[in-house]
Amino acid sequence: MAMNYNAKDEVDGGPPCAPGGSAKTRRPDNTAFKQQRLPAWQPILTAGTVLPIFFIIGLIFIPIGIGIFVTSNNIREIEGNVFMYYGLSNFYQNHRRYVKSRDDSQLNGDSSALLNPSKECEPYRRNEDKPIAPCGAIANSMFNDTLELFLIGNDSYPIPIALKKKGIAWWTDKNVKFRNPPGGDNLKERFKGTTKPVNWLKPVYMLDSDPDNNGFINEDFIVWMRTAALPTFRKLYRLIERKSDLHPTLPAGRYSLNVTYNYPVHYFDGRKRMILSTISWMGGKNPFLGIAYIAVGSISFLLGVVLLVINHKYRNSSNTADITI
Amino acid sequence: MEREPAGTEEPGPPGRRRRREGRTRTVRSNLLPPPGAEDPAAGAAKGERRRRRRCAQHLADNRLKTTKYTLLSFLPKNLFEQFHRPANVYFVFIALLNFVPAVNAFQPGLALAPVLFILAITAFRDLWEDYSRHRSDHKINHLGCLVFSREEKKYVNRFWKEIHVGDFVRLRCNEIFPADILLLSSSDPDGLCHIETANLDGETNLKRRQVVRGFSELVSEFNPLTFTSVIECEKPNNDLSRFRGCIIHDNGKKAGLYKENLLLRGCTLRNTDAVVGIVIYAGHETKALLNNSGPRYKRSKLERQMNCDVLWCVLLLVCMSLFSAVGHGLWIWRYQEKKSLFHVPKSDGSSLSPVTAAVYSFLTMIIVLQVLIPISLYVSIEIVKACQVYFINQDMQLYDEETDSQLQCRALNITEDLGQIQYIFSDKTGTLTENKMVFRRCTVSGVEYSHDANAQRLARYQEADSEEEEVVPRRGSASQRGSIGSHQSVRMVHRTQSTKSHRRTGSRAEAKRASMLSKHTAFSSPMEKDITPDPKLLEKVSECDKSLAVVRHREHPLAHLSPELSDVFDFFIALTICNTVVVTSPDQPRTKVRVRFELKSPVKTIEDFLRRFTPSCLTSGCSSIGSLATNKSNHKLGSSFLSTPSSDGMLLRLEERLGQPTSAIASNGYSSQADNWASELAQEQESERELRYEAESPDEAALVYAARAYNCVLVERLHDQVSVELPHLGRLTFELLHTLGFDSIRKRMSVVIRHPLTDEINVYTKGADSVVMDLLQPCSSVDARGRHQKKIRSKTQNYLNLYAAEGLRTLCIAKRVLSKEEYACWLQSHLEAESSLENSEELLFQSAIRLETNLHLLGATGIEDRLQDGVPETISKLRQAGLQIWVLTGDKQETAVNIAYACKLLDHDEEVITLNATSQEACAALLDQCLHYVHSRGLQRAPEKTKGKVSMRFSSLCPPSTSTASGRSPSLVIDGRSLAYALEKNLEDKFLFLAKQCRSVLCCRSTPLQKSMVVKLVRSKLKAMTLAIGDGANDVSMIQVADVGVGISGQEGMQEMLREMTATETLASHAHTVFRMGIFLPCCVPCILRREDKPYTRSASPVTGIPLRLKAVMASDFAVPKFRYLERLLILHGHWCYSRLANMVLYFFYKNTMFVGLLFWFQFFCGFSASAMIDQWYLIFFNLLFSSLPPLVTGVLDRDVPANVLLTNPQLYKSGQNMEEYRPRTFWFNMADATFQSLVCFSIPYLAYYDSNVDLFTWGTPIVTIALLTFLLHLGIETKTWTWLNWITCGFSVLLFFTVALIYNASCATCYPPSNPYWTMQALLGDPVFYLTCLMTPVAALLPRLFFRSLQGSIFPTQLQLARQLTRKSPRRCNAPKETFAQGHLPKDSGTEHSSGRTVKTSVPLSQPSWHTQQPVCSLEASGEPSTVDMSMPLREHTLLEGLSAPAPMSSAPGEAVLRSPGGCPEESKVRAASTGRVTPLSSLFSLPTFSLLNWISSWSLVSRLGSILQFSRTEQLADGQAGCGLPVQPHSGRSGLQGPDHRLLMGASSRRSQ
Repeated sequence: MAMNYNAKDEVDGGPPCAPGGSAKTRRPDNTAFKQQRLPAWQPILTAGTVLPIFFIIGLIFIPIGIGIFVTSNNIREIEGNVFMYYGLSNFYQNHRRYVKSRDDSQLNGDSSALLNPSKECEPYRRNEDKPIAPCGAIANSMFNDTLELFLIGNDSYPIPIALKKKGIAWWTDKNVKFRNPPGGDNLKERFKGTTKPVNWLKPVYMLDSDPDNNGFINEDFIVWMRTAALPTFRKLYRLIERKSDLHPTLPAGRYSLNVTYNYPVHYFDGRKRMILSTISWMGGKNPFLGIAYIAVGSISFLLGVVLLVINHKYRNSSNTADITI
Repeated sequence: MEREPAGTEEPGPPGRRRRREGRTRTVRSNLLPPPGAEDPAAGAAKGERRRRRRCAQHLADNRLKTTKYTLLSFLPKNLFEQFHRPANVYFVFIALLNFVPAVNAFQPGLALAPVLFILAITAFRDLWEDYSRHRSDHKINHLGCLVFSREEKKYVNRFWKEIHVGDFVRLRCNEIFPADILLLSSSDPDGLCHIETANLDGETNLKRRQVVRGFSELVSEFNPLTFTSVIECEKPNNDLSRFRGCIIHDNGKKAGLYKENLLLRGCTLRNTDAVVGIVIYAGHETKALLNNSGPRYKRSKLERQMNCDVLWCVLLLVCMSLFSAVGHGLWIWRYQEKKSLFHVPKSDGSSLSPVTAAVYSFLTMIIVLQVLIPISLYVSIEIVKACQVYFINQDMQLYDEETDSQLQCRALNITEDLGQIQYIFSDKTGTLTENKMVFRRCTVSGVEYSHDANAQRLARYQEADSEEEEVVPRRGSASQRGSIGSHQSVRMVHRTQSTKSHRRTGSRAEAKRASMLSKHTAFSSPMEKDITPDPKLLEKVSECDKSLAVVRHREHPLAHLSPELSDVFDFFIALTICNTVVVTSPDQPRTKVRVRFELKSPVKTIEDFLRRFTPSCLTSGCSSIGSLATNKSNHKLGSSFLSTPSSDGMLLRLEERLGQPTSAIASNGYSSQADNWASELAQEQESERELRYEAESPDEAALVYAARAYNCVLVERLHDQVSVELPHLGRLTFELLHTLGFDSIRKRMSVVIRHPLTDEINVYTKGADSVVMDLLQPCSSVDARGRHQKKIRSKTQNYLNLYAAEGLRTLCIAKRVLSKEEYACWLQSHLEAESSLENSEELLFQSAIRLETNLHLLGATGIEDRLQDGVPETISKLRQAGLQIWVLTGDKQETAVNIAYACKLLDHDEEVITLNATSQEACAALLDQCLHYVHSRGLQRAPEKTKGKVSMRFSSLCPPSTSTASGRSPSLVIDGRSLAYALEKNLEDKFLFLAKQCRSVLCCRSTPLQKSMVVKLVRSKLKAMTLAIGDGANDVSMIQVADVGVGISGQEGMQEMLREMTATETLASHAHTVFRMGIFLPCCVPCILRREDKPYTRSASPVTGIPLRLKAVMASDFAVPKFRYLERLLILHGHWCYSRLANMVLYFFYKNTMFVGLLFWFQFFCGFSASAMIDQWYLIFFNLLFSSLPPLVTGVLDRDVPANVLLTNPQLYKSGQNMEEYRPRTFWFNMADATFQSLVCFSIPYLAYYDSNVDLFTWGTPIVTIALLTFLLHLGIETKTWTWLNWITCGFSVLLFFTVALIYNASCATCYPPSNPYWTMQALLGDPVFYLTCLMTPVAALLPRLFFRSLQGSIFPTQLQLARQLTRKSPRRCNAPKETFAQGHLPKDSGTEHSSGRTVKTSVPLSQPSWHTQQPVCSLEASGEPSTVDMSMPLREHTLLEGLSAPAPMSSAPGEAVLRSPGGCPEESKVRAASTGRVTPLSSLFSLPTFSLLNWISSWSLVSRLGSILQFSRTEQLADGQAGCGLPVQPHSGRSGLQGPDHRLLMGASSRRSQ
């Protein structure tokens, strides 16, 4: 309170009178901010002011939608690189416990994690007292069917289509996220002391013959480890590269698909698919986006028209309303 | 010698003392060795240590420690406090759930982050506040003070914190008491000192304290070393108005200690050179600090509603989680048996049972969906409220120039309640009125003195409060007085100077106040001081004076006067002395050289009385005791001139002065006198001319000033004597035997004096007429004298009624002459009462009642209390805003009704139901009748009814016009007694129902308890939001009961004795000022509420009658300088605060629901496994980081309707009252929209990525982005004003999101399981689908809302939207004010605002049907302005408009210039009158719904004449504003004429904003 008194003295103690002078008063500052007079744009939402927005949205969205739709529909033509996908339905790769069941350190080649995987991998962490590499449910459930595509020529001798195994995973995954454990030249050496996942037929270092595509950096494995968002999904399996500009990548003809069936899906009412597709500038074929754009644009346009009517009808009354204020 | 006990009280019986041991504190001098201590020759340091140890045992030292925490205790203590909030507990619980592996959804550490963040912010704020407190504590603790040191045998400077109980402290003038100190010695020869309690209660008037009896007679300086007495007193308590104890001297003698011996910590010593005292209570045991408690926390209505909706959210959360749990159970049950590849068994390889899985899933879902309970909402609300408080505090237009104070928000968290108030309960005195009491007229002995000159003088003040005006009346009165005595006029001149001179030495603050506020403070206003006397009465007083001067030596001098003159004389004596006014001289602390008439007084014992009042003493005029005393005083003063016994000396002196020829006095005062009194008299004159009266209440000061105008001057007041000076009689010194202070039950105060002329013992009583008139001596109608008396009484009563009808405050003055025997008898009982320790207050009360009977009526006074500036306008505005205003006053009915008319609370053309009942049954019957009447009102006018004592009047003073009669509600006037009946359980419903029907309610003669009961009733029964506003202690209870309490802070010394009673124990605190400094020192919470069972607690101290009352400000949530600021506070800030917060709360609910919705929809696609597609980092920090700032900025800055429109259209306030912005319906609508939006925001990415190779988190990230954009766009739709801050924060949010995402996604290749979002955002940015989805989804999600909003804006706009659209129509409005503002705030702006505002207000009546208001078109009958129709003209052309408005901002005060009602121009008023006549048809024409522009133009020919008339008046006004009314007016025609009004609106707008 003493302080209080002093302060009061100090505040009041300026030269008498001289309001607005140097005398300290408690008068608040006259600034636009403090007096809440900041200049401001004040949009008012009425039919009249908003309807241009609706029309503009309509005018922008409908062409975009048409563009997307056309692009998406053009994908059907099997030209350029063809992507080969396998698709699974009713497969819950996004299940909470499934998603967690991996050890990124192990996959990144961390030696300690290799031999001592994360607890998140339980119950696919150890098998027969050996750490599982790669551990976890995701790896354990890796899709292991083999799909081969043959062109059945005129001579009815099937010509195998060259399916490229590399280049199907994200570059960063292949080169940054996934690494084989360090160690000797032999992959088997590097994975020494680990065991294969329970469901796997062969250990991780035998996924592929190509050392650049083997072990953790096997691209099929990497693709599988990117857990799908939705229970119905597809995953890139192979690339069919276009050989020359003259011929289509997959010329018209009869093809046969050879599936080495390892992966059981009927237990959980799942389905397997194989999809061949090209992609456009906006990805694979999906007509939805184009339709959605057209729909939203049209709705917006329609609403704009409604607003126009309303504006016309109610403008007068709103004007009088204004007047009465 | 101080060991000698002065008091002769016997020490209490030992047993009794022991019994009280537990409740008392014993204080000994620290200078003495402690009882049974080691040898006194112990070293200094040792002594010091010992002393400390002893103090540490049980007594607090004086160290102030308001901090809550220490370094060590901060963390646990703060956390403990924070976990008292359920929300925090909830969030911590959720976060801890994450540590359970089976159910965890997030990384445990991460999940703790938000709640830790919130806790940390709160902790940091607490820490900062605590540090501020620590700093202020430190500063206070290190103030210096003189403390007697045992070692050095003198007073040495010590810090405050080093003071201990039992220390001797010496303080000099203008120093602040560091602790509660018992006054032992004062430099004042009478043993008095004066203190100012401004730091405690804001009162700057002086209060008197006196040295403990037994020490006051000390001749030499007090020596602490010889103090051996023991002080026994109460344990520390928070009762400021009470202190009891006793001092026990070595010889076992005992003397009582009272409140006026105690100097309270925080008070300031004034007018006294130095005092010495012993510390009784130190540090936190001082009364001032014990009165501190935390700041007030109230839950606002909005917050209550919000909490309810939070509960809905909890329910929703539980439902969603349950749904999800059941779903997951089913899913598990379906898939686990099938050896699904994706099924993850438990770690031991076994599968979870579906039920267990469901339970786990439930808990996990709660974690995942926790965002539904808006953790950020609470923090955001606190931030927004803090900013709102800041803005309210910073509003220049709530700043009061006169008192240099601005509005203070003392409650930090109920700002939005201001926007929802439905009922205002206002005090009258000091709230609606200025509480500047001005003596207006009086009646003495049945003769009325109308004081016409005085009335004219007041009228002049009314006209102009300027300096020049003040000179006129003063000169007039001075010349008038010149004939009476020139010293009077000399004094007048000096007095004029004194208002400008420093009030007290060393106080610059006072000096400034005295000069700057000379016309505003209660004590220095010339309006109140310079009363023009009524010539007739003045003559009579002078006659009394003269004749008494002649007959003074005779036996019974007063008997020589006629009864009337005797009454006149007594009347003025009573006015002068029957009060507690302190006379001070501002220059120097008084040096008393005057002869003491009698030393021992008031009489304390019967022996004392007998000694002093034996007949021999009275007849001879002297006694042995008297001479003894005089001798002592002679010795003390060392004066040689007084050798005769005192009373003789007094007489002698007076005679000698009287003997001087009048001419000598008139010509040159006393200085020419050659006798040996000359020097003393000169000194007297010196001090007299600087006399100031410091009164407890303005009423008292007004009466003393009035008496002074009649040359009956109060020159001195000591605790035992009062001196009055008259021109001829000279100085009369009255021996003051007792002062029976004012209290609110007795409603009167009395002084018991011995009259120096007659030596009789007289009682002068002053009090409320209702009480005093009942106490008069019954007069027989047999003898002539009795009949005369009766006549006088009835006349006086008539005059009293007249005064009251004029709105004056009435007081009766009465007298009683006591015989010696009566007095002796009374004194006996009074002394018993005084010495009683148990219930002395009650006994003293009884004793006072015994004395105040058989009074002889002298006269009555009428005191005027003027209305504050702008009260009628404010009331009218608040009315328009749909607020019901009830006035609860303690004044009598007539006064109150009159004031109510004056402030337009009652209208002359409306009916007033007056409810006066004398019994419960009568009241019930009356209420029924009234209700019946209200129902059938309009059919016939009920006649005035009188049933015995019951009277009910339906008075319609002015026949209402037919148009308004049916539409208007009546007003209700009820008096205190009826109110008491009406508030009974069985009647309260009826009363409330009746009151609800009434436009305004006026409760007169209501006690504080009744006030609070009324407020409580309305609050609880009508479920209405209430606001109570008041200034005094009697309003405290009501202020505390109301939802929002507002205190009037503007005036000082606002406490008044004659105010109605207070039901509170009064407390005070300095916290409000500390708070102003930004230190959150807890302020006081008075204990009124727990006092309810004991309604009548007297706060006046029995001994001095000086109550230390609580200012209403202390109990209030908001403190405004003047009543009129309420308008802006409620209508503008209240509305804004409410609208902002309501919208923000809704937005937060929307945001969280929408966000949670996204996660919920996903559960349908992940087997209800509580999985989330959104990375947990986004999930957790989304609310905290990315989407928090823009809504905050909108919540702080959004102005849904501009200030000027809100102020000119108070009707807009109703949106808050009706909770239009945030009601259950809006909430659910909002939630539904959130659900829809989340569905859209989920399904579009879902469909866009359906059957693609997208992975979980690459799919989730666009969803987050979409959500963020949707939130921002949604906010954009809801934001009404876009300042640069809005743009920046929105941009910042988006940028921040992408920056954080990019950094986060590039930071670590193997971290952040399980999402491991490495390079996700980078990859997405290269994907066109990402952009396409992010573009379309927010648009699709928000289309419905945008469409709905625009439809609403067009088809069924709310009033607020209409108002917003109105501002759109006048785009220049935004620019004009800025220009005028650039010129700076003119000093007088605030003063003229209201006068100039009037025309503006009327110019924009919101009365057309679309507004659904019941107010009449022109709601400002007050101003007499025409209700202008200008608004009816649509703005179509701007050319002329611009031409007209261009010069306006160039003038010095443009708004004013244009808008001030000219008044000086007769033709214009005619023109205006003409336009008024046409108002109704025109506006009704425009209000037709089908009215279109085309119609309007076609009907133009009909109204063009009117238009031109209107236009004429407008231009006239413009011209008048710029160059006076003589300018030629250019004729306008056709539509251009229409621009005038619109232009004027613009100017109205600009002027409102420029002020």
